[in-house]
Amino acid sequence: MSRLLFLGFFGSEGDVLGATREARERGYQIADVYTPYAVHGLDAAMGLRPTRLPWICFAFGLAGGLLKVWFEFWTTSVSWPLNVGGKPFNSLPAFVPITFEVMVLLAGLSTVVALFWTCRLYPGKRPMLVDRAVTNDRFVLVLVEDSAGFDVTAVRGLCEKHHAVHTEERVEKPGEELRVWKEAARCRATS
Amino acid sequence: MSTGPRTYPPAHEPLIRGDKTLKQVTEDVCAPIERGPTWLWWAGFLVSFCALLLGIAAVSYQVATGIGTWGLNRTVGWAFDITNFVFWIGIGHAGTLISAILFLFRQKWRTSINRSAEAMTIFAVMCAGIFPLIHMGRPWLAYWVMPYPNFRGPLWVNFRSPLLWDVFAIGTYFTISAVFWFLGLVPDLATLRDRATTKTRKFLFGLFSLGWDGSNRTWMRYEMVYLLLAGLATPLVLSVHTIVSFDFATSVIPGWHATIFPPYFVAGAIFSGFGMVLTLMLVTRKVLRFEDYITIGHIEAMCKIIIATGSIVGLAYGTEFFMAWYSANEYERFVFFNRALGPFAWAYWTMVLCNVITPQLLWFKKIRTNPGIVFVLSLVVNVGMWFERFVIIVTSLHRDYLPSSWADYSPTLIEISTFVGSFGLFFTCFFLFARFLPMIAMGEVKGVVGYAERTTNVLE
Repeated sequence: MSRLLFLGFFGSEGDVLGATREARERGYQIADVYTPYAVHGLDAAMGLRPTRLPWICFAFGLAGGLLKVWFEFWTTSVSWPLNVGGKPFNSLPAFVPITFEVMVLLAGLSTVVALFWTCRLYPGKRPMLVDRAVTNDRFVLVLVEDSAGFDVTAVRGLCEKHHAVHTEERVEKPGEELRVWKEAARCRATS
Repeated sequence: MSTGPRTYPPAHEPLIRGDKTLKQVTEDVCAPIERGPTWLWWAGFLVSFCALLLGIAAVSYQVATGIGTWGLNRTVGWAFDITNFVFWIGIGHAGTLISAILFLFRQKWRTSINRSAEAMTIFAVMCAGIFPLIHMGRPWLAYWVMPYPNFRGPLWVNFRSPLLWDVFAIGTYFTISAVFWFLGLVPDLATLRDRATTKTRKFLFGLFSLGWDGSNRTWMRYEMVYLLLAGLATPLVLSVHTIVSFDFATSVIPGWHATIFPPYFVAGAIFSGFGMVLTLMLVTRKVLRFEDYITIGHIEAMCKIIIATGSIVGLAYGTEFFMAWYSANEYERFVFFNRALGPFAWAYWTMVLCNVITPQLLWFKKIRTNPGIVFVLSLVVNVGMWFERFVIIVTSLHRDYLPSSWADYSPTLIEISTFVGSFGLFFTCFFLFARFLPMIAMGEVKGVVGYAERTTNVLE
């Protein structure tokens, strides 16, 4: 289903933060905010829930560590016990360094893969850019015009209060939730 | 109302000079990539590439002939190759330290230098990896260090050996550093993609920027993953050089068998790594005109880390000597007297001069803030730390328990060419990096552009 979106373009971090916070307080539905760098406090302003990625990191790290201890134990004292310089077969302290390394490796790689998975990032993906300047110096607040009560003039006023450089409305392409295309037909002419 | 440039309290000095706007940051960082190589770049690249070719020739020769081409003998079984291996691994540590440890400590000045320091880490670890690989003698069987199911027993690798710990430590370190570096690059590659004018650039940056669109939902998760990776890489930095030191410390050779080795090696690694970061950054800021980004403040901060880690290294040298005497072990005592007064005394005193004495000059603010002198001192640190590894390895081995087996050691031309070749590889990679990728993390620097205003306003 296609949605009607309202976009406010801002020139600074402070402006977009203020506008986002106020838009949320007034009960508007925020589709997303696009920024050239990670703006701290913006997730709180948008009311986003904390990500669960640390759990992936923890789970895979733990699994990596446990698997490695088991594997080292199995190879050196079960599968092929070999006397090397009289060292004990199941010398747990000697297994610590490799167990640690494998734990870090698995935790790190799994977290990055999970990030790419949840954010749908993959090589060669065509970016759904709100504006080309987003990766340069532009901050864009995207609101969903979800009900008949959505007052465009009031929202425009809100954005202008926070020094918006420009505002516009767009129709989102079907099947691309939260994504907006520059080429999408404009619904209403904006000032 | 005053009209001049705004002044800030000393603790809130801007991290980036020149009142840059976000757009200017993009322009400045992308300029070296978009404007094409200068003659200075070509000159540097060609010199490095020639060194790399020399290294390739030397490595091919020794792989074809065998490692009898080295100056090793039955007494000195480890020398130039392991010295170079530990040297290069040490260089790499500053990159991860800057990107991970300083990130966790909220040191915002790291943003201007973290990208190139991380690149330096990856290239340095690549250089380091070459040496044990050739040292195996039959590098085409290098996969034998991996625990894989086989029909030789099944014969597994020896998990109780520090040399295998090394394989896992270096492998993990390289992988995590490369992933960390690439992850940091993604938003900047998206910037380059959106600025690209040629088809090739559009394709390549489009391919590697993974469809990044600046969504805050992505940024939020990205920041979390960055934090997690920093948290994981921090103990990794400490563990890697600790494990490298275990290669020595778990043996029974006097001069190697010391519990001080792990912290001493880690401090030395950070010391030499920052030496190399300073060497590279001082040249980069001048050649690419990044003086506003890599400021005197950045250089000073790095110098302070050099004083701290250099002093730890100096303390470790003293402790080693004290313990050799206090242990009342005559072999241990002999090794240390032999280091300071024996045939390799010149190497030992070069090490002390370069690592303990000269870096103390950095206590003086006038010296710390003079890029020319700091550049020379950073080179001195690099030389000193190379000699440290040489001294630890060669002087501990060349006179062992049996005077009848005492021997001398000097590197052959092949060993020297391989070492030169590793520098060639390092700098060739670095020049290519400087030419094709953003050397400064735009996505992070933009976040600290208004640092002075924000922090001062909070105080007011």
